[in-house]
Amino acid sequence: MPSSLSTHKVSVARALCAAFALLFVLAQPAAAQLSFNPTAESVHEDQLLKALKEGDKITGRISIPDAMAASLIQPAGRDWRDFQRSKMPIIGGITIIGMLAVLLIFLAVRGRIRIHQGWAGTKILRFASFERFTHWLTASCFIVLALSGLNISFGRILILPLFGPQAFSTLSAYGKLAHNYLAFPFMLGLVIMFLIWVKDNIPGKIDLEWFKQGGGLLTNGKHPPSPRFNAGQKGIFWVVILGGAVMSVSGWFELFPYLPGDVTTMQIWTVIHAVMAMLLIAAMMAHIYIGSIGMEGAFDAMGTGEVDLNWAKEHHSLWVQEELAKGTVPAADTPRAVPAE
Amino acid sequence: MARMKFLCDADRCIECNACVTACKNEHEVPWGINRRRVVTINDGKPGERSVSMACMHCTDAPCAAVCPVSCFYTTADGVVLHSKDLCIGCGYCFYACPFGAPQYPKVGNFGSRGKMDKCTYCAGGPEADSTPAEYAKYGANRLAEGKLPICAEMCSTKSLLAGDGAIIAEIYKERVMKRGYGSGMWGWKTAYSDSPTG
Repeated sequence: MPSSLSTHKVSVARALCAAFALLFVLAQPAAAQLSFNPTAESVHEDQLLKALKEGDKITGRISIPDAMAASLIQPAGRDWRDFQRSKMPIIGGITIIGMLAVLLIFLAVRGRIRIHQGWAGTKILRFASFERFTHWLTASCFIVLALSGLNISFGRILILPLFGPQAFSTLSAYGKLAHNYLAFPFMLGLVIMFLIWVKDNIPGKIDLEWFKQGGGLLTNGKHPPSPRFNAGQKGIFWVVILGGAVMSVSGWFELFPYLPGDVTTMQIWTVIHAVMAMLLIAAMMAHIYIGSIGMEGAFDAMGTGEVDLNWAKEHHSLWVQEELAKGTVPAADTPRAVPAE
Repeated sequence: MARMKFLCDADRCIECNACVTACKNEHEVPWGINRRRVVTINDGKPGERSVSMACMHCTDAPCAAVCPVSCFYTTADGVVLHSKDLCIGCGYCFYACPFGAPQYPKVGNFGSRGKMDKCTYCAGGPEADSTPAEYAKYGANRLAEGKLPICAEMCSTKSLLAGDGAIIAEIYKERVMKRGYGSGMWGWKTAYSDSPTG
Protein backbone atom coordinates (compact mmCIF):
# COMPACT_ATOMS: atom_id res chain seq x y z
CA MET A 1 0.00 0.00 0.00
CA PRO A 2 1.42 3.41 -0.93
CA SER A 3 0.30 5.15 2.29
CA SER A 4 1.80 2.57 4.68
CA LEU A 5 4.99 2.58 2.61
CA SER A 6 5.34 6.32 3.01
CA THR A 7 4.72 6.16 6.80
CA HIS A 8 7.34 3.44 6.93
CA LYS A 9 9.79 5.72 5.13
CA VAL A 10 9.08 8.54 7.53
CA SER A 11 9.65 6.37 10.57
CA VAL A 12 12.99 5.18 9.15
CA ALA A 13 14.02 8.78 8.57
CA ARG A 14 13.03 9.66 12.13
CA ALA A 15 15.04 6.81 13.51
CA LEU A 16 18.07 7.89 11.49
CA CYS A 17 17.71 11.46 12.72
CA ALA A 18 17.53 10.26 16.28
CA ALA A 19 20.60 8.11 15.77
CA PHE A 20 22.51 11.07 14.37
CA ALA A 21 21.39 13.28 17.22
CA LEU A 22 22.48 10.66 19.72
CA LEU A 23 25.82 10.33 17.99
CA PHE A 24 26.28 14.09 18.19
CA VAL A 25 25.40 14.18 21.86
CA LEU A 26 27.75 11.29 22.60
CA ALA A 27 30.54 12.77 20.48
CA GLN A 28 30.54 16.17 22.23
CA PRO A 29 32.43 15.24 25.37
CA ALA A 30 34.84 13.12 23.32
CA ALA A 31 35.84 16.15 21.20
CA ALA A 32 36.34 18.24 24.30
CA GLN A 33 38.64 15.62 25.78
CA LEU A 34 40.74 15.58 22.57
CA SER A 35 41.52 19.32 23.09
CA PHE A 36 42.81 19.75 19.54
CA ASN A 37 45.15 22.74 19.30
CA PRO A 38 44.92 24.35 15.86
CA THR A 39 48.04 26.42 16.41
CA ALA A 40 50.39 23.70 17.60
CA GLU A 41 51.93 23.33 14.16
CA SER A 42 51.52 26.93 13.08
CA VAL A 43 54.45 28.53 11.34
CA HIS A 44 56.34 31.14 13.34
CA GLU A 45 58.22 33.99 11.81
CA ASP A 46 61.04 33.66 14.33
CA GLN A 47 61.58 30.01 13.45
CA LEU A 48 61.53 30.74 9.73
CA LEU A 49 64.00 33.60 10.11
CA LYS A 50 66.33 31.46 12.21
CA ALA A 51 66.18 28.62 9.69
CA LEU A 52 67.03 30.96 6.79
CA LYS A 53 70.33 30.34 5.06
CA GLU A 54 72.57 33.10 3.71
CA GLY A 55 70.89 34.93 0.84
CA ASP A 56 67.70 32.92 1.26
CA LYS A 57 64.20 34.24 1.81
CA ILE A 58 60.84 33.35 3.31
CA THR A 59 58.48 32.40 0.48
CA GLY A 60 54.99 31.04 0.20
CA ARG A 61 52.19 30.71 -2.30
CA ILE A 62 50.45 33.65 -3.86
CA SER A 63 47.23 33.89 -5.82
CA ILE A 64 48.09 36.96 -7.92
CA PRO A 65 49.81 36.34 -11.30
CA ASP A 66 53.15 37.89 -10.24
CA ALA A 67 54.99 34.77 -9.07
CA MET A 68 57.93 36.83 -7.75
CA ALA A 69 55.59 38.41 -5.20
CA ALA A 70 55.49 35.03 -3.41
CA SER A 71 58.71 36.07 -1.68
CA LEU A 72 57.62 37.42 1.70
CA ILE A 73 60.82 38.55 3.42
CA GLN A 74 64.31 38.63 1.89
CA PRO A 75 66.81 39.74 4.53
CA ALA A 76 69.60 39.46 1.88
CA GLY A 77 68.58 42.94 0.77
CA ARG A 78 70.45 44.15 3.82
CA ASP A 79 73.76 42.68 2.62
CA TRP A 80 73.20 44.25 -0.78
CA ARG A 81 72.54 47.58 0.83
CA ASP A 82 75.69 47.23 2.89
CA PHE A 83 77.64 46.52 -0.30
CA GLN A 84 76.20 49.56 -2.07
CA ARG A 85 76.62 52.02 0.75
CA SER A 86 79.71 50.80 2.59
CA LYS A 87 81.83 48.51 0.44
CA MET A 88 81.37 50.10 -3.00
CA PRO A 89 82.80 53.50 -2.08
CA ILE A 90 85.85 51.74 -0.65
CA ILE A 91 86.34 49.45 -3.66
CA GLY A 92 85.73 52.28 -6.11
CA GLY A 93 87.86 54.74 -4.18
CA ILE A 94 90.83 52.41 -3.88
CA THR A 95 90.80 51.28 -7.52
CA ILE A 96 90.09 54.60 -9.22
CA ILE A 97 91.83 57.11 -6.95
CA GLY A 98 94.58 54.52 -6.38
CA MET A 99 95.16 54.20 -10.13
CA LEU A 100 95.12 57.97 -10.54
CA ALA A 101 97.76 58.24 -7.81
CA VAL A 102 99.90 55.51 -9.37
CA LEU A 103 99.78 57.24 -12.76
CA LEU A 104 100.63 60.64 -11.28
CA ILE A 105 103.57 59.15 -9.38
CA PHE A 106 104.67 57.36 -12.55
CA LEU A 107 104.47 60.60 -14.52
CA ALA A 108 106.42 62.43 -11.84
CA VAL A 109 109.13 59.79 -11.57
CA ARG A 110 109.46 58.54 -15.13
CA GLY A 111 108.13 61.53 -17.00
CA ARG A 112 106.83 61.24 -20.53
CA ILE A 113 108.34 58.32 -22.40
CA ARG A 114 110.06 60.01 -25.34
CA ILE A 115 111.06 58.60 -28.70
CA HIS A 116 114.71 57.96 -27.85
CA GLN A 117 116.05 58.56 -31.35
CA GLY A 118 113.70 61.47 -32.04
CA TRP A 119 111.07 61.68 -34.74
CA ALA A 120 112.04 59.88 -37.95
CA GLY A 121 109.68 61.93 -40.08
CA THR A 122 108.56 58.87 -42.00
CA LYS A 123 105.47 57.01 -40.98
CA ILE A 124 104.20 53.49 -41.05
CA LEU A 125 100.55 52.41 -40.97
CA ARG A 126 99.77 50.74 -37.64
CA PHE A 127 95.97 50.67 -37.48
CA ALA A 128 93.75 50.70 -40.57
CA SER A 129 90.64 52.87 -40.56
CA PHE A 130 88.30 49.99 -39.64
CA GLU A 131 90.49 49.08 -36.67
CA ARG A 132 90.48 52.69 -35.51
CA PHE A 133 86.73 52.91 -36.00
CA THR A 134 86.22 49.83 -33.85
CA HIS A 135 88.56 51.16 -31.19
CA TRP A 136 86.81 54.52 -30.96
CA LEU A 137 83.35 53.00 -31.14
CA THR A 138 84.14 50.88 -28.11
CA ALA A 139 86.14 53.62 -26.39
CA SER A 140 83.52 56.36 -26.74
CA CYS A 141 80.77 54.02 -25.56
CA PHE A 142 82.97 52.94 -22.67
CA ILE A 143 83.55 56.48 -21.50
CA VAL A 144 79.83 57.30 -21.46
CA LEU A 145 79.04 53.95 -19.82
CA ALA A 146 81.73 54.50 -17.19
CA LEU A 147 80.67 58.04 -16.37
CA SER A 148 76.95 57.24 -16.22
CA GLY A 149 77.72 54.13 -14.16
CA LEU A 150 79.91 56.06 -11.74
CA ASN A 151 77.11 58.59 -11.47
CA ILE A 152 74.73 55.85 -10.31
CA SER A 153 77.25 54.67 -7.71
CA PHE A 154 78.70 57.96 -6.46
CA GLY A 155 76.62 60.76 -7.99
CA ARG A 156 74.42 60.99 -4.92
CA ILE A 157 77.44 61.83 -2.76
CA LEU A 158 79.49 63.85 -5.26
CA ILE A 159 77.14 65.54 -7.74
CA LEU A 160 73.74 65.80 -6.04
CA PRO A 161 74.90 68.47 -3.55
CA LEU A 162 76.21 70.58 -6.47
CA PHE A 163 73.21 70.37 -8.81
CA GLY A 164 70.26 69.97 -6.49
CA PRO A 165 67.73 67.11 -6.66
CA GLN A 166 65.77 68.07 -9.81
CA ALA A 167 68.72 68.77 -12.11
CA PHE A 168 70.66 65.80 -10.79
CA SER A 169 67.68 63.52 -11.29
CA THR A 170 67.27 64.68 -14.90
CA LEU A 171 70.96 64.17 -15.54
CA SER A 172 70.83 60.69 -14.00
CA ALA A 173 67.74 59.75 -15.99
CA TYR A 174 69.51 60.63 -19.27
CA GLY A 175 72.60 58.88 -17.95
CA LYS A 176 70.59 55.74 -17.35
CA LEU A 177 69.11 55.88 -20.86
CA ALA A 178 72.58 56.35 -22.35
CA HIS A 179 73.88 53.50 -20.22
CA ASN A 180 71.11 51.17 -21.39
CA TYR A 181 71.35 51.97 -25.09
CA LEU A 182 75.11 52.46 -25.53
CA ALA A 183 75.63 49.04 -23.99
CA PHE A 184 74.74 47.54 -27.36
CA PRO A 185 77.29 49.34 -29.61
CA PHE A 186 79.82 48.68 -26.82
CA MET A 187 79.14 44.96 -26.98
CA LEU A 188 79.33 45.07 -30.78
CA GLY A 189 82.69 46.83 -30.53
CA LEU A 190 83.96 44.15 -28.15
CA VAL A 191 83.01 41.39 -30.57
CA ILE A 192 84.68 43.10 -33.56
CA MET A 193 87.80 43.92 -31.53
CA PHE A 194 88.07 40.33 -30.49
CA LEU A 195 87.75 39.10 -34.09
CA ILE A 196 90.23 41.50 -35.66
CA TRP A 197 92.90 41.52 -32.95
CA VAL A 198 92.82 38.11 -31.31
CA LYS A 199 95.38 36.67 -33.75
CA ASP A 200 97.97 39.26 -32.64
CA ASN A 201 97.19 38.84 -28.96
CA ILE A 202 97.91 35.17 -28.35
CA PRO A 203 100.41 35.08 -25.45
CA GLY A 204 103.82 33.67 -26.45
CA LYS A 205 107.40 33.18 -25.25
CA ILE A 206 108.34 36.66 -26.36
CA ASP A 207 106.04 38.09 -23.71
CA LEU A 208 108.17 36.59 -20.94
CA GLU A 209 111.08 38.69 -22.16
CA TRP A 210 108.90 41.79 -21.99
CA PHE A 211 107.96 41.05 -18.41
CA LYS A 212 111.63 40.32 -17.51
CA GLN A 213 112.59 43.78 -18.70
CA GLY A 214 109.65 45.34 -16.94
CA GLY A 215 108.25 46.34 -20.31
CA GLY A 216 111.01 48.88 -20.71
CA LEU A 217 108.80 51.16 -18.69
CA LEU A 218 111.47 52.15 -16.22
CA THR A 219 114.58 51.92 -18.40
CA ASN A 220 115.09 54.96 -20.56
CA GLY A 221 115.44 54.23 -24.26
CA LYS A 222 115.76 50.49 -23.84
CA HIS A 223 112.83 48.46 -25.14
CA PRO A 224 112.29 44.73 -25.15
CA PRO A 225 111.76 43.28 -28.67
CA SER A 226 108.09 43.16 -29.40
CA PRO A 227 105.74 41.98 -32.14
CA ARG A 228 102.64 43.97 -33.15
CA PHE A 229 101.39 43.96 -29.58
CA ASN A 230 103.70 43.69 -26.59
CA ALA A 231 102.81 41.77 -23.46
CA GLY A 232 101.33 44.85 -21.79
CA GLN A 233 99.06 45.52 -24.74
CA LYS A 234 98.07 41.88 -24.88
CA GLY A 235 97.21 42.20 -21.22
CA ILE A 236 94.99 45.20 -21.93
CA PHE A 237 93.39 43.33 -24.83
CA TRP A 238 92.42 40.39 -22.64
CA VAL A 239 91.35 42.61 -19.76
CA VAL A 240 89.02 44.43 -22.16
CA ILE A 241 87.71 41.28 -23.85
CA LEU A 242 87.21 39.18 -20.70
CA GLY A 243 86.24 42.09 -18.46
CA GLY A 244 83.95 43.37 -21.20
CA ALA A 245 82.36 39.94 -21.48
CA VAL A 246 81.66 39.93 -17.73
CA MET A 247 80.23 43.45 -17.99
CA SER A 248 78.08 42.43 -20.96
CA VAL A 249 76.64 39.31 -19.35
CA SER A 250 75.99 40.96 -15.98
CA GLY A 251 74.65 44.08 -17.68
CA TRP A 252 72.36 42.01 -19.85
CA PHE A 253 70.91 40.45 -16.72
CA GLU A 254 70.22 43.89 -15.30
CA LEU A 255 68.64 45.10 -18.52
CA PHE A 256 66.26 42.18 -18.56
CA PRO A 257 65.18 41.64 -14.95
CA TYR A 258 64.48 38.10 -13.77
CA LEU A 259 66.44 36.64 -16.71
CA PRO A 260 69.09 35.07 -14.45
CA GLY A 261 66.67 34.15 -11.65
CA ASP A 262 65.01 35.79 -8.68
CA VAL A 263 66.01 38.92 -6.80
CA THR A 264 68.86 37.22 -4.89
CA THR A 265 70.54 36.13 -8.13
CA MET A 266 70.07 39.60 -9.56
CA GLN A 267 71.71 41.10 -6.48
CA ILE A 268 74.80 38.97 -7.08
CA TRP A 269 74.99 40.05 -10.73
CA THR A 270 74.75 43.74 -9.84
CA VAL A 271 77.67 43.28 -7.43
CA ILE A 272 79.71 41.53 -10.15
CA HIS A 273 78.82 44.33 -12.58
CA ALA A 274 79.90 47.03 -10.15
CA VAL A 275 83.19 45.45 -9.03
CA MET A 276 84.21 44.55 -12.59
CA ALA A 277 83.35 48.08 -13.70
CA MET A 278 85.67 49.62 -11.10
CA LEU A 279 88.54 47.34 -12.16
CA LEU A 280 87.94 48.04 -15.87
CA ILE A 281 87.78 51.79 -15.31
CA ALA A 282 91.11 51.64 -13.47
CA ALA A 283 92.66 49.54 -16.26
CA MET A 284 91.36 51.93 -18.91
CA MET A 285 92.77 54.91 -17.04
CA ALA A 286 96.22 53.34 -17.37
CA HIS A 287 95.52 52.57 -21.04
CA ILE A 288 94.43 56.13 -21.76
CA TYR A 289 97.44 57.50 -19.90
CA ILE A 290 100.04 55.51 -21.81
CA GLY A 291 98.29 56.18 -25.10
CA SER A 292 98.30 59.94 -24.65
CA ILE A 293 100.26 61.87 -22.02
CA GLY A 294 102.43 58.96 -20.99
CA MET A 295 104.22 58.24 -24.25
CA GLU A 296 105.39 60.40 -27.10
CA GLY A 297 104.16 59.22 -30.49
CA ALA A 298 101.74 56.64 -29.11
CA PHE A 299 98.53 58.54 -29.79
CA ASP A 300 99.16 58.57 -33.56
CA ALA A 301 98.50 54.83 -33.69
CA MET A 302 94.84 55.42 -32.94
CA GLY A 303 94.78 59.04 -34.10
CA THR A 304 95.84 59.01 -37.73
CA GLY A 305 96.64 55.33 -37.67
CA GLU A 306 100.19 56.05 -38.83
CA VAL A 307 103.04 56.00 -36.34
CA ASP A 308 106.52 57.44 -36.59
CA LEU A 309 108.99 54.85 -37.89
CA ASN A 310 111.40 55.44 -35.02
CA TRP A 311 108.63 55.02 -32.45
CA ALA A 312 107.61 51.80 -34.15
CA LYS A 313 111.20 50.52 -34.24
CA GLU A 314 111.66 51.23 -30.56
CA HIS A 315 108.36 49.86 -29.31
CA HIS A 316 107.50 47.15 -31.81
CA SER A 317 110.80 46.15 -33.41
CA LEU A 318 109.67 42.72 -34.58
CA TRP A 319 106.47 44.10 -36.07
CA VAL A 320 108.39 46.77 -38.05
CA GLN A 321 110.74 44.11 -39.43
CA GLU A 322 107.75 42.07 -40.53
CA GLU A 323 106.03 45.03 -42.14
CA LEU A 324 109.17 46.13 -43.98
CA ALA A 325 109.76 42.54 -45.11
CA LYS A 326 106.23 42.54 -46.52
CA GLY A 327 107.25 45.55 -48.57
CA THR A 328 105.21 48.16 -46.69
CA VAL A 329 106.74 51.52 -47.62
CA PRO A 330 106.83 54.08 -44.83
CA ALA A 331 104.90 57.15 -45.85
CA ALA A 332 106.27 60.66 -45.86
CA ASP A 333 105.46 62.88 -42.92
CA THR A 334 101.95 64.16 -42.63
CA PRO A 335 100.66 66.47 -39.91
CA ARG A 336 100.23 64.42 -36.79
CA ALA A 337 97.28 64.34 -34.51
CA VAL A 338 98.43 65.85 -31.29
CA PRO A 339 96.82 64.65 -28.08
CA ALA A 340 95.57 67.08 -25.56
CA GLU A 341 98.18 67.20 -22.84
CA MET B 1 53.91 62.20 16.78
CA ALA B 2 52.69 58.80 15.82
CA ARG B 3 55.03 56.28 14.28
CA MET B 4 52.85 54.60 11.67
CA LYS B 5 53.31 50.87 11.11
CA PHE B 6 51.49 47.88 9.70
CA LEU B 7 50.95 44.68 11.64
CA CYS B 8 49.46 41.53 10.15
CA ASP B 9 48.04 39.11 12.70
CA ALA B 10 48.56 35.98 10.56
CA ASP B 11 46.42 33.88 12.92
CA ARG B 12 43.45 35.96 11.85
CA CYS B 13 44.21 36.35 8.14
CA ILE B 14 41.81 34.28 6.04
CA GLU B 15 43.57 35.03 2.74
CA CYS B 16 40.53 36.77 1.31
CA ASN B 17 42.76 39.23 -0.59
CA ALA B 18 40.32 42.05 0.09
CA CYS B 19 43.21 44.28 1.24
CA VAL B 20 44.93 43.67 -2.11
CA THR B 21 41.79 44.52 -4.05
CA ALA B 22 40.83 47.52 -1.93
CA CYS B 23 44.33 48.96 -2.31
CA LYS B 24 44.28 48.54 -6.08
CA ASN B 25 40.89 50.20 -6.27
CA GLU B 26 41.57 53.03 -3.82
CA HIS B 27 44.71 54.19 -5.62
CA GLU B 28 43.99 52.98 -9.15
CA VAL B 29 47.31 51.17 -8.98
CA PRO B 30 48.83 50.58 -12.45
CA TRP B 31 48.25 47.29 -14.21
CA GLY B 32 50.63 44.55 -13.09
CA ILE B 33 51.52 46.20 -9.80
CA ASN B 34 50.29 45.09 -6.39
CA ARG B 35 51.20 47.41 -3.58
CA ARG B 36 49.91 44.81 -1.15
CA ARG B 37 49.81 41.04 -1.47
CA VAL B 38 48.87 38.03 0.63
CA VAL B 39 51.47 35.26 0.87
CA THR B 40 50.52 31.88 2.30
CA ILE B 41 53.31 30.05 4.11
CA ASN B 42 53.19 26.23 4.27
CA ASP B 43 50.16 26.25 2.02
CA GLY B 44 48.00 23.14 2.42
CA LYS B 45 49.99 21.83 5.37
CA PRO B 46 48.87 21.87 9.00
CA GLY B 47 49.59 25.26 10.55
CA GLU B 48 49.63 27.20 7.30
CA ARG B 49 49.49 30.95 7.79
CA SER B 50 48.68 33.77 5.42
CA VAL B 51 50.42 37.10 5.76
CA SER B 52 49.33 40.31 4.12
CA MET B 53 52.49 42.20 3.17
CA ALA B 54 53.25 45.60 1.70
CA CYS B 55 55.87 48.26 2.29
CA MET B 56 56.63 48.13 6.02
CA HIS B 57 57.81 51.76 6.12
CA CYS B 58 61.05 50.67 7.73
CA THR B 59 63.09 52.63 10.19
CA ASP B 60 66.29 53.60 8.37
CA ALA B 61 64.73 52.29 5.17
CA PRO B 62 67.02 50.28 2.85
CA CYS B 63 65.33 51.71 -0.26
CA ALA B 64 66.18 55.24 0.83
CA ALA B 65 69.73 54.20 1.67
CA VAL B 66 70.51 52.78 -1.78
CA CYS B 67 68.56 55.17 -4.02
CA PRO B 68 71.13 56.75 -6.41
CA VAL B 69 69.10 59.97 -6.72
CA SER B 70 67.90 60.10 -3.10
CA CYS B 71 64.21 60.29 -4.03
CA PHE B 72 62.92 58.80 -0.76
CA TYR B 73 61.91 60.68 2.36
CA THR B 74 60.30 59.79 5.67
CA THR B 75 57.31 61.82 6.83
CA ALA B 76 56.78 63.05 10.37
CA ASP B 77 54.51 60.02 10.86
CA GLY B 78 57.34 57.65 9.96
CA VAL B 79 55.88 56.84 6.55
CA VAL B 80 58.45 56.19 3.82
CA LEU B 81 57.46 57.96 0.59
CA HIS B 82 59.22 58.71 -2.67
CA SER B 83 59.11 61.28 -5.44
CA LYS B 84 58.19 59.94 -8.86
CA ASP B 85 59.56 63.17 -10.35
CA LEU B 86 63.03 62.33 -9.09
CA CYS B 87 62.90 58.53 -9.53
CA ILE B 88 64.93 57.36 -12.55
CA GLY B 89 63.62 53.79 -12.52
CA CYS B 90 66.97 52.09 -11.84
CA GLY B 91 65.61 49.30 -9.62
CA TYR B 92 68.07 49.67 -6.73
CA CYS B 93 65.32 49.98 -4.10
CA PHE B 94 63.84 46.78 -5.45
CA TYR B 95 67.14 44.94 -4.83
CA ALA B 96 67.50 46.30 -1.32
CA CYS B 97 63.90 46.02 -0.07
CA PRO B 98 63.37 43.03 2.26
CA PHE B 99 59.64 42.96 1.46
CA GLY B 100 59.53 43.27 -2.32
CA ALA B 101 57.56 46.51 -1.99
CA PRO B 102 59.00 48.67 -4.79
CA GLN B 103 57.75 47.59 -8.20
CA TYR B 104 58.16 48.90 -11.72
CA PRO B 105 55.58 49.25 -14.45
CA LYS B 106 56.88 47.56 -17.56
CA VAL B 107 57.04 50.40 -20.08
CA GLY B 108 59.13 50.83 -23.21
CA ASN B 109 62.13 48.79 -24.26
CA PHE B 110 64.18 46.39 -22.16
CA GLY B 111 65.83 48.41 -19.39
CA SER B 112 63.52 51.39 -19.40
CA ARG B 113 61.55 50.52 -16.32
CA GLY B 114 59.00 53.17 -15.48
CA LYS B 115 58.86 55.17 -12.30
CA MET B 116 58.88 52.99 -9.23
CA ASP B 117 55.56 52.43 -7.46
CA LYS B 118 55.03 51.27 -3.90
CA CYS B 119 52.67 51.42 -0.95
CA THR B 120 52.30 54.99 0.32
CA TYR B 121 50.53 54.06 3.56
CA CYS B 122 47.66 55.93 1.87
CA ALA B 123 49.69 59.09 2.42
CA GLY B 124 50.19 60.26 -1.18
CA GLY B 125 53.47 61.84 -2.20
CA PRO B 126 55.43 65.09 -2.13
CA GLU B 127 52.72 67.03 -4.01
CA ALA B 128 50.19 69.14 -2.10
CA ASP B 129 47.76 66.92 -0.14
CA SER B 130 44.73 65.50 -1.96
CA THR B 131 45.42 67.21 -5.28
CA PRO B 132 44.70 65.57 -8.66
CA ALA B 133 48.45 65.62 -9.40
CA GLU B 134 49.14 63.69 -6.20
CA TYR B 135 46.34 61.24 -6.89
CA ALA B 136 47.54 60.55 -10.44
CA LYS B 137 51.04 59.63 -9.26
CA TYR B 138 50.54 58.09 -5.84
CA GLY B 139 46.83 57.54 -5.28
CA ALA B 140 44.56 58.69 -2.51
CA ASN B 141 45.88 60.55 0.52
CA ARG B 142 43.70 59.12 3.29
CA LEU B 143 46.10 60.14 6.04
CA ALA B 144 45.56 63.80 5.12
CA GLU B 145 41.84 63.20 5.64
CA GLY B 146 42.47 61.72 9.07
CA LYS B 147 41.83 58.15 7.92
CA LEU B 148 44.02 55.09 8.19
CA PRO B 149 45.13 52.99 5.17
CA ILE B 150 42.19 51.38 3.37
CA CYS B 151 43.68 47.87 3.50
CA ALA B 152 43.66 47.77 7.29
CA GLU B 153 40.43 49.76 7.64
CA MET B 154 38.37 47.26 5.66
CA CYS B 155 40.05 44.05 6.85
CA SER B 156 37.08 41.86 7.78
CA THR B 157 38.83 39.88 10.51
CA LYS B 158 40.88 42.87 11.72
CA SER B 159 43.95 40.80 10.98
CA LEU B 160 45.71 43.70 9.32
CA LEU B 161 46.28 46.58 11.71
CA ALA B 162 47.53 50.03 10.85
CA GLY B 163 48.29 52.91 13.13
CA ASP B 164 50.82 54.02 15.69
CA GLY B 165 53.33 51.21 16.18
CA ALA B 166 53.08 51.20 19.97
CA ILE B 167 49.28 50.97 19.94
CA ILE B 168 48.91 48.21 17.32
CA ALA B 169 51.70 46.22 18.95
CA GLU B 170 49.77 46.47 22.23
CA ILE B 171 46.56 45.28 20.55
CA TYR B 172 48.39 42.32 19.06
CA LYS B 173 50.01 41.41 22.36
CA GLU B 174 46.63 41.50 24.10
CA ARG B 175 45.23 39.17 21.48
CA VAL B 176 48.12 36.76 21.88
CA MET B 177 47.71 36.81 25.68
CA LYS B 178 44.00 36.16 25.45
CA ARG B 179 43.98 33.38 22.88
CA GLY B 180 47.31 31.91 23.90
CA TYR B 181 49.10 31.83 20.57
CA GLY B 182 50.53 34.04 17.85
CA SER B 183 52.76 33.37 14.90
CA GLY B 184 54.67 36.60 15.28
CA MET B 185 54.67 40.20 14.14
CA TRP B 186 55.65 39.42 10.57
CA GLY B 187 58.39 41.64 9.21
CA TRP B 188 58.81 43.75 12.33
CA LYS B 189 62.20 42.33 13.22
CA THR B 190 63.45 43.03 9.71
CA ALA B 191 61.81 46.42 9.35
CA TYR B 192 62.29 48.00 12.78
CA SER B 193 64.31 45.92 15.22
CA ASP B 194 67.68 46.34 13.56
CA SER B 195 67.54 49.99 14.31
CA PRO B 196 68.16 51.34 17.80
CA THR B 197 65.30 53.83 17.44
CA GLY B 198 62.74 51.13 16.52
